[in-house]
Amino acid sequence: MAWVKTTFSELVSLFVEDGSLAVAILAWLGLTAVVLARFESLSPWRGMVLFVGLAAILVENTWRRARADRGK
Amino acid sequence: MRVDWLHAGPTMLAAFLASFVEFVEALTVVLAVGTVRGWRDALAGSGAALVALLVVIAVLGPALTLIPLESVQLVVGGLLLLFGMRWLRKAILRAAGIIALHDEAKAFAKESAELRGLHIVHGGWDKVAFAASFKITMLEGIEVVFIVVAMGAGGAGLLLPASLGALAALALVVALGVLVHRPLATIPENRLKFVVGVLLSAFGTFWVGEGLGIEWPGEDWSILGLIAGFLGVAWIAVALCRRATPSKTMTISGS
Repeated sequence: MAWVKTTFSELVSLFVEDGSLAVAILAWLGLTAVVLARFESLSPWRGMVLFVGLAAILVENTWRRARADRGK
Repeated sequence: MRVDWLHAGPTMLAAFLASFVEFVEALTVVLAVGTVRGWRDALAGSGAALVALLVVIAVLGPALTLIPLESVQLVVGGLLLLFGMRWLRKAILRAAGIIALHDEAKAFAKESAELRGLHIVHGGWDKVAFAASFKITMLEGIEVVFIVVAMGAGGAGLLLPASLGALAALALVVALGVLVHRPLATIPENRLKFVVGVLLSAFGTFWVGEGLGIEWPGEDWSILGLIAGFLGVAWIAVALCRRATPSKTMTISGS
């Protein structure tokens, strides 16, 4: 069973290194899917909304990591 | 088969660069195994892993084309985003000096020292050498397989350019390994990872958007806009991280 556990953790680590980053990305994708489906008026801006959220998540995550590093 | 070069070009480039970085890391360990424990078993281990990886691509790639494209784009795009933004995050933190750069020369020395400490078999089959080469080639190769399959699943006819990009990277790394016979420590690995992270994040965003039914302005051309967007955001993130930790900022040379 150990090899199954190792293989699974290796597979997960392909996509998740910082749990908060992965959760934020998935939450944003879910939220975007729900909100954009309800508001047709956002149609021309849908792609921009998706990108801006992901960009903000990346900047916040790296900045938070850098700030945490300064505190050490 | 019609090839859309607006997708195929960046797909091939992303697969090439990502695979190149992964194969360079695998080469370091295989060189250490070969140098310390002998080349026959080191190469046999790597060869067996490469065959296994090719089988995975041959099975998974065409299988994904049987699933409706929107569903594949949503799932694969989401996974590409997780994968690409993980790479980009790490590359940003390395460029800002928050975490250490990957050093192939150090990795080679560490691996060699560990392998020397283990019992060496003379004449027979060296399981340690075979297993070490097999494991590193599988570990790094599985990332290559994911990139090739994911990039290939995003649209019709993209599996071929993605596979060609990865094969070209493999050929280049093998050729460099044979020629220089030591770890490729001068390769600007973090810059490559930075670029790959940007490309994968852009493709992931585009495909998730397609899967959600988003109509991108300029259609496929918006991929270039997303690449530029993620590149700009990543540069801003590096600058912000450097400002957040002024005392730890280091000059990045050669990577």
